[in-house]
Amino acid sequence: MRIPCPICGERDRREFYYVGDAEIVNRPSPDASEDLWNDYLHNRENPAGVTKDLWYHESGCNSWLIVTRNTVTHEVESAELTVDIKGDLS
Amino acid sequence: MRVAGKGLINREKTLNFKFDGRSYKGFEGDTVASALLASGEKVFGRSFKYHRPRGVLTAGSEEPNALITVGQGAFQDPNVRATTQEIFEGLITRSQNNWPNLQYDILSVNDLFSNFLGAGFYYKTFMWPKSFWEKIYEPFIRRAAGLGALSGLHNSDTYEKAYAFCDLLIIGGGPSGLMAAKIAAEAGLDVILAEQEPIFGGRLNSETEKVDGILGSDWVAKIIEELKELDNVRLFLRTTVTGVYDQGTFAAVERVGHHLPDRGNDRPLECFWRFVAKNSILAAGAIERAIAFPNNDRPGIMAASAVRTYLNRFGVSPGRSIALFCNNNTAHNTAKDLLESGINIAAIIDSREDSKTDLDVPFYNGAEVSNTFGRQGLNSIIVKKNNTESKIEVDCLAVSGGWNPTLHLTCHMNGRPTWDEKILSFVPENGVIPNMAVVGAANGLMDTHSCFASAQKEVGLIIKASGKTAKTKRLPKTEITKYEISPKWSVDGKGRAWLDYQNDVTVKDIQQSVQENFKSVEHMKRYTTQGMAIDQGKNSNVASLAILADATGRGIPETGTTTFRPPFVPVSIAAMGKNAQGIGFAPQRYTTSHVASVDRGAPMVEAGLWYRPSYFPEVGETNWRQSCDREIEMVRTNVGVCDVSTLGKIDIQGPDAHRLLDFVYTNMFSTLKVGKVRYGLMLREDGHVMDDGTTAHLAENHYVMTTTTAAAGQVMRHLDFVHQCLHPEWDLGFISVTEQWAQFSIAGPKSQELINAVLDKPISSETFPFMSCASVGILGEAGRLFRISFSGEHGYEIAVPARFGESLFRLLVSRAEEIGGGPYGMEALNILRIEKGFITHAEIHGRITAFDLGMQRMISEKKDCIGKTSASRPGLLDSEREQLIALKPVGSVKQIVAGAHLFDLNDEPVRENDRGYVTSVGFSPTFGHFIGLGFFKGGQARLGEQIKMVDHLRGIETECEIVNTVSFDPKGDRLRD
Amino acid sequence: MRFSGLKILKEGLTGNKGWTNHWRDPEPKQEYDILIIGGGGHGLSTAYYLAKNHGLKNIAVLEKGYLGGGNVGRNTTIVRANYFLPGNSEFYSHSLKLWEGLEHDLNYNVMHSQRGLINLFHSDGQRDAFARRGNAMINQGDDAILLDRDGVRDLLPYLDFEQTRFPIYGGLYHPRGGSARHDAVAWGYARGADTRGVDLIQNCEVTGIDIEQGRVTSVQTTRGTINAKKVGIVVAGRSGQLAAMAGMRLPIESHILQAFVTEGLKPCIDHVVSFGMGHFYISQSDKGGLVFGGDLDFYASYAQRGNLPMKEHVMEAGMTLMPMIGKARVLRSWGGIMDMTPDGSPIIDKTEIDGLYIDCGWCYGGFKAVPASGYCFAHLIATDQHHEVASGFRLNRFKTGYGLIDEEGTGSQHNLH
Repeated sequence: MRIPCPICGERDRREFYYVGDAEIVNRPSPDASEDLWNDYLHNRENPAGVTKDLWYHESGCNSWLIVTRNTVTHEVESAELTVDIKGDLS
Repeated sequence: MRVAGKGLINREKTLNFKFDGRSYKGFEGDTVASALLASGEKVFGRSFKYHRPRGVLTAGSEEPNALITVGQGAFQDPNVRATTQEIFEGLITRSQNNWPNLQYDILSVNDLFSNFLGAGFYYKTFMWPKSFWEKIYEPFIRRAAGLGALSGLHNSDTYEKAYAFCDLLIIGGGPSGLMAAKIAAEAGLDVILAEQEPIFGGRLNSETEKVDGILGSDWVAKIIEELKELDNVRLFLRTTVTGVYDQGTFAAVERVGHHLPDRGNDRPLECFWRFVAKNSILAAGAIERAIAFPNNDRPGIMAASAVRTYLNRFGVSPGRSIALFCNNNTAHNTAKDLLESGINIAAIIDSREDSKTDLDVPFYNGAEVSNTFGRQGLNSIIVKKNNTESKIEVDCLAVSGGWNPTLHLTCHMNGRPTWDEKILSFVPENGVIPNMAVVGAANGLMDTHSCFASAQKEVGLIIKASGKTAKTKRLPKTEITKYEISPKWSVDGKGRAWLDYQNDVTVKDIQQSVQENFKSVEHMKRYTTQGMAIDQGKNSNVASLAILADATGRGIPETGTTTFRPPFVPVSIAAMGKNAQGIGFAPQRYTTSHVASVDRGAPMVEAGLWYRPSYFPEVGETNWRQSCDREIEMVRTNVGVCDVSTLGKIDIQGPDAHRLLDFVYTNMFSTLKVGKVRYGLMLREDGHVMDDGTTAHLAENHYVMTTTTAAAGQVMRHLDFVHQCLHPEWDLGFISVTEQWAQFSIAGPKSQELINAVLDKPISSETFPFMSCASVGILGEAGRLFRISFSGEHGYEIAVPARFGESLFRLLVSRAEEIGGGPYGMEALNILRIEKGFITHAEIHGRITAFDLGMQRMISEKKDCIGKTSASRPGLLDSEREQLIALKPVGSVKQIVAGAHLFDLNDEPVRENDRGYVTSVGFSPTFGHFIGLGFFKGGQARLGEQIKMVDHLRGIETECEIVNTVSFDPKGDRLRD
Repeated sequence: MRFSGLKILKEGLTGNKGWTNHWRDPEPKQEYDILIIGGGGHGLSTAYYLAKNHGLKNIAVLEKGYLGGGNVGRNTTIVRANYFLPGNSEFYSHSLKLWEGLEHDLNYNVMHSQRGLINLFHSDGQRDAFARRGNAMINQGDDAILLDRDGVRDLLPYLDFEQTRFPIYGGLYHPRGGSARHDAVAWGYARGADTRGVDLIQNCEVTGIDIEQGRVTSVQTTRGTINAKKVGIVVAGRSGQLAAMAGMRLPIESHILQAFVTEGLKPCIDHVVSFGMGHFYISQSDKGGLVFGGDLDFYASYAQRGNLPMKEHVMEAGMTLMPMIGKARVLRSWGGIMDMTPDGSPIIDKTEIDGLYIDCGWCYGGFKAVPASGYCFAHLIATDQHHEVASGFRLNRFKTGYGLIDEEGTGSQHNLH
């Protein structure tokens, strides 16, 4: 698997650290409800299809990327720097 | 036997090799199979289950029968296909899976009991008595099973791994692949052409077909010469593409040294390639399949195409009197070529009613082979036509049931082949591998002209999409023949008819599996083991599907197909695992004091990827405890030096640096003054402790964070996450400087004296109190000084750029020795910190909260931090949680061991009563007894109580008292002094 | 039909004509008391124990493909009871006891072989952690022996003791650990359930779950609507999709775990060997193939196939630990979809919907759990009470923080296991 890092170009999967669904960039406020926190930390859409997930170019530029990717075909649509699109997740 | 004037072998060069101890001769270019066939050998191996004698079936990597063991000692290589092993001078091979020998194998008795050993028989028996499975049945089955044997010795061959990138990867160097390569290369694409055989050409080397008026193999040589002239083509021989992965990544194995006599030099035996290609063309050809007729597995019964390969490529006829049994027109070439070479054709048996031949041989159309004879090799066959049977004496039967496209790689990304009624086989699902085109026979095109044309078309599309222009327009002239085939999967009759030769799966097995309702193709495969032998069903899957479809009354398309999984051909673990043998598995990290420590005789132990000194033995010390006890006493009474450079160090700068610290640590850092250090506790978002360490405020907006050795990478990642994903608006930057700074702990009552010996400007306890930090001059170089302690003693950590690390360490140690101190290692460091109740990852093992550590108050009420919300979940604050305690022995048994469990004094040591466990222990020379840290349910409320430590594994039961976690200097006077 | 050596003899002598269906292929009825969604190992064992232990009759298992086609048919077949945290410890202990009687219970040879499992350790710290584990196993009544380096050498002389990157300090030996024939487990339970009247319905994909007033009433399938009083979801790898049909989000991410088998070889590895430093474990099947695996590929996936980095890592681990396997050739590799929960431990629980139960989240350890999972899930469905050995596998533990079962200590949050 290869990921197109916006800074380094297309790189092998082994350069990246994976952390899961990109929804974890939307951290609830400390006073949000227990249910919201539980949902944020634990419950997942876990789609069989297109998903956005979070990767860290650990053996590269240390960027966190939001990768739009298909969990069934492993097709990678895009990779964007989290700092560029933070707050604009849909 | 050899046939004069035929073949691509070099008859000038004779090579000697051995098979089962006997000497044989062959020519350069021979495989073991071709050379043994030339010498008249029939039996090459034994089948897996019934131990039936078996000959050669094919001439390629799909060979299921002729498996041999090559080489001796640590070079021993089992399960090598005799059809792919090239001979060389001195090659030693032997047969396998037989005892006492290939000709008289005791276990061939299994064949007599085959009625009782049908599909899945083992699921129904061997259950009584219960203990017999492991003691009797299974050991017997295991010894009987298996094929070849590993040597049992450590690998001593060299392997290699490499990457290569290209515009176009062409898989298969037969007519389609060569044509594609030529067109693509001339258009300027960067091309890799991979061919698994030792020569390019594919079927053109096995046929007498002419291309552009010359013999196919001569045309191949011409094209290869042209390609060699171009520097944008890389030609790989003996290279099998074994797997297709995401985004154009391919695995391939190049067999670099298997055909060469000398070993043990720098040349690898195999190279494992990772090809990364923008586009790929699969031109892997097709594999001929057999027909399932009674006793179709005798030595001498071969694929018709393999007979042509042996004749035309190797100059070998596998028999003196040969018959042909087929259901298609391609196979007739076998008879034609053999006749032209003067070999007797005893009969052509073509199951097609309307088939014809121009050859002057006995011809049976609409007929079939209904039985065969010959125990150690075929001697006759029964031909059945219109219910009349006639016996024909032959020593070889060439069989063709048609061709199956070699589409396996197209299944590696879950592609499902589709049934093509025209060729009676499966063809690849279109577009299933991104940017891969399938051409030629691999796509169901069974004549050379169509192969060329499809290669031209597909490569043309790739060239166009790359913005280049194809230069080659004209295709070479070939004879145009149409592939004609009618279904013939099996022949009814009395004997067993084999499908999967190696696993001994017969038509009856499939019928029985249907009878027992294993009707889905996956069930049939798993129940009968059809297609699970080392050819992975390349020879038999399609025919077995046809039999299954017939037995269930479904059509083949509805029956479906099992998928092909990587690798295409088996790949050695040594090739894929190259680099790891010995110490190569993980990088080795060395501190700057490594050599100096080794010089002093310190045993170096692994600490993650790092190596750290365990202790520093002195003359007269005979075990580690003596050294450790001395080092502890040295630190407690004098001064010790210890390399702590492995701790993670992160340099954090910027106006918002304090915000980051406040957010990742539970406690407050924005109040930390310049020149001060603070201990911090870091949580994961799930509320458990991730790490701890100190952070120094070196200058305005400039901090240096330390992490534990174990969590350095994780913390760095975490900080990047917090900054980039949660708070990109914060203005700060940070970088790991773990390797840039060498850092040494100096601990003990005389530490200030020692530190002042190297500082440009001496410090005092007044000018540099506990938890101070500063940039300092150290013998004229810029360094850093921190007044912190992990031992409980007055102590410092001194940091210099790594290039000065070794000299500073040597200097500090020699100065320390002058005043009665010296270096100390990990053993002493561990006891010192246990005496102080300081935690490491033995305690913060991932399931521990601040509450468990008694550090709940370190979670600041005044701010949010990572993990704060989760840490407030009721289950993480429960009073019955296991909490950090310290232990000392109070009974007659004095030993405490880590990993022991803790119980109330009078409880049985069983799971229901379990109250905790011991994490860290050591013998404290300071106190003269063992001390331990551990966790105990509700432990913080049980201070002073007696409990029981039980270690079942080592048979130790010790009465202990729960004591203050800070055993030594509980008020901390010494470190503040 | 009862299987035995005598039966094989009789059939062999009479042309093997008398073998009959392992199970029927019934048409689905309009209504069942209990529907089990998922005909893998856990679903089939659930159905078996519902019928056997609870005397229930009107049960169907709905399988979208073929029986045993999920992870039970694509794993590395290791059976062990070497967990150490409360919640897991008693459960896997119970499961191993069921394994030990399984052949006779099912009248089917699942080839359970207690060849012994050795977990290697490579530092003092790891020894302490394994000692804690071994003591927990003995506390639970199971077996564990702490081996030093020489003890490991006696059992596994072929390991590289001289120059491996992480020297072998010793091992935790679990003599009752071992392996079994994976497909046979699914088939044995299927046959046992069918014999007791359970309808096993293949090629029947569930497309919807109907809920009325907070209670499950029926499921929609590719073979029509089927009414049910109770529904159990046991669909490892697809748990999220099924839960979504009932309007739930689960604490699960789906990951790929690869496994490998080599060409057949004469016996060379007698035990199950686990090399934690390299995330590598290996055993040899009765057919002679070396069966081994490693860690997750580490990205969410439903593809049932993996990529090269983890394959190479697994081979590298094998080569550093036991360089004698270098010449063994990998014949086949495959990937399974793992239901990964935040703490790495499973869920056997009721849901917020009456009559809807779920058994999921087996991460990469589901095979050994097949007997006890079915046993305990059947108990829950039949009695509405958690079985005592599975009472820790609650859905709400993540929310409350009570009873998290984080064996690896990597956190009760996703993607660290």
